[in-house]
Amino acid sequence: MSVTQFADPEFRAIGVETLGMTKVFASLTALDDVSIRVTPGSFHALLGENGAGKSTLVKCMMGFYQPTSGTMLVDDSEVEIPNPRAAHACGIGMVYQHFTLVPSLTAAENLVIARADTPAVIDWKSERRALNAFLETTPFKVPLDVQVSSLSAGEKQKLEILKQLYLDQRFLILDEPTSVLTPDEADEVLGLLRGMTEAGELTILMITHKFREVTAYADDVTVLRRGRVVDSGRVQDLSVEEMSRMMIGETEIRESAARVDQPEKALKLELAGLFADDDSELPAIEAISLKIHAGEILGIAGVSGNGQSELIEVLSGQRQPTDGRIFVDKQPYEPERDQMDRFKVFGFSEEPLKNVAVPNMSVAENMAFRTFDKAPISPFKGWLSPPPMRKRARELIAAYRVKTPSTEEPIENLSGGNVQRAILARELSHEVDILIVANPCFGLDFASVAEIRAQIMDQRNKGAAILLVSEDLDEILELADTVAVMSEGRVTYQSPMTETDRATIGHAMAGHH
Amino acid sequence: MADTTETPGIAVQSSFAADLLDRFRRSAEYVVIPLLALVFSGILFSIFLLTLGKSPADFFSLVWRGGFGTSFSWQNTLVRSAPFIFTALCVAVPARLGLVIIGGEGALVLGGFAAAAIAIPMVDWAPGFLLLGVMVIAAMLAGGLWIGCVGALRHYRGVNETIASLLMFYIAVSILNFFVEGALRDPSDPNKPSTRPIGSDNMIGAIPGTDVHWGLLTGVVLCGLLYLLMNRTTFGFAAQIAGGNLRAAQAQGLPVGRLVVVSCAIAGACAGLAGFFEVAAIHGKANASLIAGYGFTGILVSFLARHNPLVIIPVAIFLGGIAASGGLIQRRMDLPDATVLVLQGLLFLVILVSETFYGRFAIFRSKGGVL
Ligand SMILES: Nc1ncnc2c1ncn2[C@@H]1O[C@H](COP(=O)(O)OP(=O)(O)OP(=O)(O)O)[C@@H](O)[C@H]1O
Ligand SMILES: [Mg+2]
Repeated sequence: MSVTQFADPEFRAIGVETLGMTKVFASLTALDDVSIRVTPGSFHALLGENGAGKSTLVKCMMGFYQPTSGTMLVDDSEVEIPNPRAAHACGIGMVYQHFTLVPSLTAAENLVIARADTPAVIDWKSERRALNAFLETTPFKVPLDVQVSSLSAGEKQKLEILKQLYLDQRFLILDEPTSVLTPDEADEVLGLLRGMTEAGELTILMITHKFREVTAYADDVTVLRRGRVVDSGRVQDLSVEEMSRMMIGETEIRESAARVDQPEKALKLELAGLFADDDSELPAIEAISLKIHAGEILGIAGVSGNGQSELIEVLSGQRQPTDGRIFVDKQPYEPERDQMDRFKVFGFSEEPLKNVAVPNMSVAENMAFRTFDKAPISPFKGWLSPPPMRKRARELIAAYRVKTPSTEEPIENLSGGNVQRAILARELSHEVDILIVANPCFGLDFASVAEIRAQIMDQRNKGAAILLVSEDLDEILELADTVAVMSEGRVTYQSPMTETDRATIGHAMAGHH
Repeated sequence: MADTTETPGIAVQSSFAADLLDRFRRSAEYVVIPLLALVFSGILFSIFLLTLGKSPADFFSLVWRGGFGTSFSWQNTLVRSAPFIFTALCVAVPARLGLVIIGGEGALVLGGFAAAAIAIPMVDWAPGFLLLGVMVIAAMLAGGLWIGCVGALRHYRGVNETIASLLMFYIAVSILNFFVEGALRDPSDPNKPSTRPIGSDNMIGAIPGTDVHWGLLTGVVLCGLLYLLMNRTTFGFAAQIAGGNLRAAQAQGLPVGRLVVVSCAIAGACAGLAGFFEVAAIHGKANASLIAGYGFTGILVSFLARHNPLVIIPVAIFLGGIAASGGLIQRRMDLPDATVLVLQGLLFLVILVSETFYGRFAIFRSKGGVL
């Protein structure tokens, strides 16, 4: 960063610095005197375990939260950021882990309506011309005239970034931008962003849990731990080993549980010819037939959007199948509460706040979803007693190390990773016969990932039949006994793990079979 | 890195005391924000009065005198609050499931009509307690089925429950008019088309020592029962899950359809009870006087009380007082009767806006209120 760079008209990236940022929520100090410096045109990674305060820090920078104390500098001059609009005015934009686009509009429409100065009557012709001229200047290519709902996750994330660039934001904050992307999609997006920072057009501050992305794309890294800056430096001077030490301190990482051989394998869960439609009533899954035995993990691999989420929804009762049956222990099974209890069926999936939790209910209440109608929370039929509910929540919070200020905190206020842990505690703290999980490690730090995978393996070793849908092929390779690949709503490949390898599975995922 | 003794933030273990404090702080918000909203709408209304050239001070002191100043006005107030309590419950119960039912007035009208209609063939022979018992059941059934239908339409056919319940109010009025002006009209009453009176001997009396009929006490007890249903039963908990996130409820295998229909039926039965007391304690018969707007005031009561059945009681009494003072204000200040409706409307608007302020004030989140 030299003076000549500022003189260069192409060099438009801006630098942002925080000084002594502190944010206190209730009895919890989420940020404690955090000072970070992101130089113009750099790619800066922000690391930290779940609940370390990463999202809180960037939300303070964006004006979603007001810091309790601390100041912010943009290009070395102090600024007030009372709300996100002020941040935008300073050229600071943010891309979230979850999409914020309007699915029913086209990409072009999404871009135009995002502008703060959209006129009441839009002259599409001239907008289109301006848009095309803008697209010439960026390396991101997204089909502009199809509905956003039909774009792939990678394209949507590119469009989110494109939107920020279109709004002329020169400092981009990315909060776990790649958790919904495949490794290839992530590489493409981050590679393009990296190119833009090198050209001096953009500055990036990215929160991530993936060291691979830090070492491959970032210039600098800052590590947060328990709301404080542990260290900050150039990525090239640090090893992954050192970075992970900084993140978790001396905490032991759980060893991955060993796979115990399961001698006799009774058939536990059988899907027989399942069909279901997606939300627009087009066939989403077709003729899915799978058998899962006790003590077996069946991993379903596949590029996202090939019917996996619909399959999970059918199995968990969120979507009505149009045809087909589910059998548990050779008896017909419907995902209703009494049968879930009788057959000990449990499950959880990514984006818990959307799928399996109630955001504005407390942590204690969310943890009681499986147990509220059973003793001791329900001492007699129909009655509900809150004290045992809170007591049990306190036990689970301790056992699963959920970081929450109290049992009464609305679960939406927990950090992303801790919401996931709370739900996990709810679903795994029982005797489990059947477990249905989808992308269980989305948004978790590496220590939690190790721990959750170990827990899943534990359940397998105890004899549970597990259906694991994952977009992370490494996760499937690590955990599954049998692998199946879904493509365009069908199971196109299935094999015991011992008789296949990454290349064969990858080939099947790409749609060659 | 062995600084486990005073780690900021994260190591906070959730202790019993911390949880208790936190619960207390959170509830404070639910008291302060509605109170501020009340004050604010009072100010807005004062401005309205000033533009009319009237004194706000006079107005509020008359509201006090007419609603709460004397034991007579208190009794008047309490009589008026009874139907507000029932119709507010008709909003509060489905609200737990995220449903906005605004047609409680329709269930009230039908409940009152059903009670009066079933009494006609029985009046001549049935003893009072039997007559009233059958009337109560008829009123609750009619109201329950009415709003229960709204719930079923919502769950099984995706019909918007707010619009459906409102439109069904007009149908309920038509049903009442059709019978009262036709087949069930009492020929001995030439003035106002009405059903045959249930007879003054059969009417529900007042709570001893007062002029307040038993409806008020019934309403208070019902509020307590429904509070328990919502907060201390598995039914209420399941309803809260379904109201908060439908997908989560489905993933827990909860019978969402049943929760919706049953909640709506309970709500309708409450409004039906209001109709019953109007007939059995006030009018003695069913006629167009049943359509008095109680169902609509009930919506305001429930929103002001944040759909909490226990809070509904004082809020209903408060609005009952305002309603009771209407006559006095009309006479003394030369203001039209509808003035109190303007006040109610303003209140409702401000309350709806104040909903957006929950969770915005750090003071309800931080220890001892210091940031
Ligand atoms: N609105 C809020 N109210 C109360 N506490 C909050 C709120 N937002 C965050 N917190 C708390 O602040 C701490 C830091 O949360 P934050 O979301 O910043 O973590 P994070 O580093 O982004 O973690 P993750 O990797 O899990 O997303 C957490 O313990 C969380 O419970
Ligand atoms: Mg986060």
